[in-house]
Amino acid sequence: MPFKRFVEIGRVALVNYGKDYGRLVVIVDVVDQNRALVDAPDMVRCQINFKRLSLTDIKIDIKRVPKKTTLLKAMEEADVKNKWENSSWGKKLIVQKRRASLNDFDRFKVMLAKIKVILSSILD
Amino acid sequence: MVAYRFHQYQVVGRGLPTPTDEHPKIYRMKLWATNEVRAKSKFWYFLRKLKKVKKSNGQILAINEIFEKNPTTIKNYGIWLRYQSRTGYHNMYKEYRDTTLNGAVEQMYTEMASRHRVRFPCIQIIKTATVHFKLCKRDNTKQFHKSDIRFPLVYRKVRPPTRKLKTTFKASRPNLFM
Repeated sequence: MPFKRFVEIGRVALVNYGKDYGRLVVIVDVVDQNRALVDAPDMVRCQINFKRLSLTDIKIDIKRVPKKTTLLKAMEEADVKNKWENSSWGKKLIVQKRRASLNDFDRFKVMLAKIKVILSSILD
Repeated sequence: MVAYRFHQYQVVGRGLPTPTDEHPKIYRMKLWATNEVRAKSKFWYFLRKLKKVKKSNGQILAINEIFEKNPTTIKNYGIWLRYQSRTGYHNMYKEYRDTTLNGAVEQMYTEMASRHRVRFPCIQIIKTATVHFKLCKRDNTKQFHKSDIRFPLVYRKVRPPTRKLKTTFKASRPNLFM
């Protein structure tokens, strides 16, 4: 099984630990073996350890250390947000977030909906 | 945003004015310490070795912290240091890639401690400089100068996103690929 997701300039990654947990960032440069310089539309460019990143399949076309505006434009062109939200990984995360933010009434509604689905599958 | 252990300070001091010397020469040093108090102490340590002045007959005129000008760009730092090993003093030149000088200095101290068992008091930083990538000497830093750098992350240890969710026992073996 060859590797498919590489650390490279323009690779989109998900932060999976720490303060920026859950944020999609773009690898803008590689500091050294363990760290990368990452950037996202709504944060200051910073360095982050690879241990805190999960690489995704999405890659955008940028040169090394682009200007913030160039990066934003490249992200728009590559349509990172939509690609992410339509990917199965992205969809799962959205569902998880939605489930975590349910209040008790919402959970009651979910319970009723589940019962409805089961009953309709039994009766059909 | 990262809490650096070592801060860079600029300390300016001189000997106290005496009847023979109304305006003693003012000396300025840039050094690394964990806090200002230690920076002042280190200043006197170095100044004592260079000039005939001690803390008791000198005064510190200013101490300012020096912050990184561009913490969002990666630079290659060359650090020249003098350290005391178990058998004597040695000079060394080390290169680090980092976004800030404080980060590079911290890397240097931890590397010296791990590779040579040299602790903070036994290291004196002679000089630091940002090195142009063409002038870098160490292969370890030069290998990251490729503009089309690309490598896979080979061994992926998945960790729980917070320390709270850490468990000692797992139901199944973790998948280390990707």
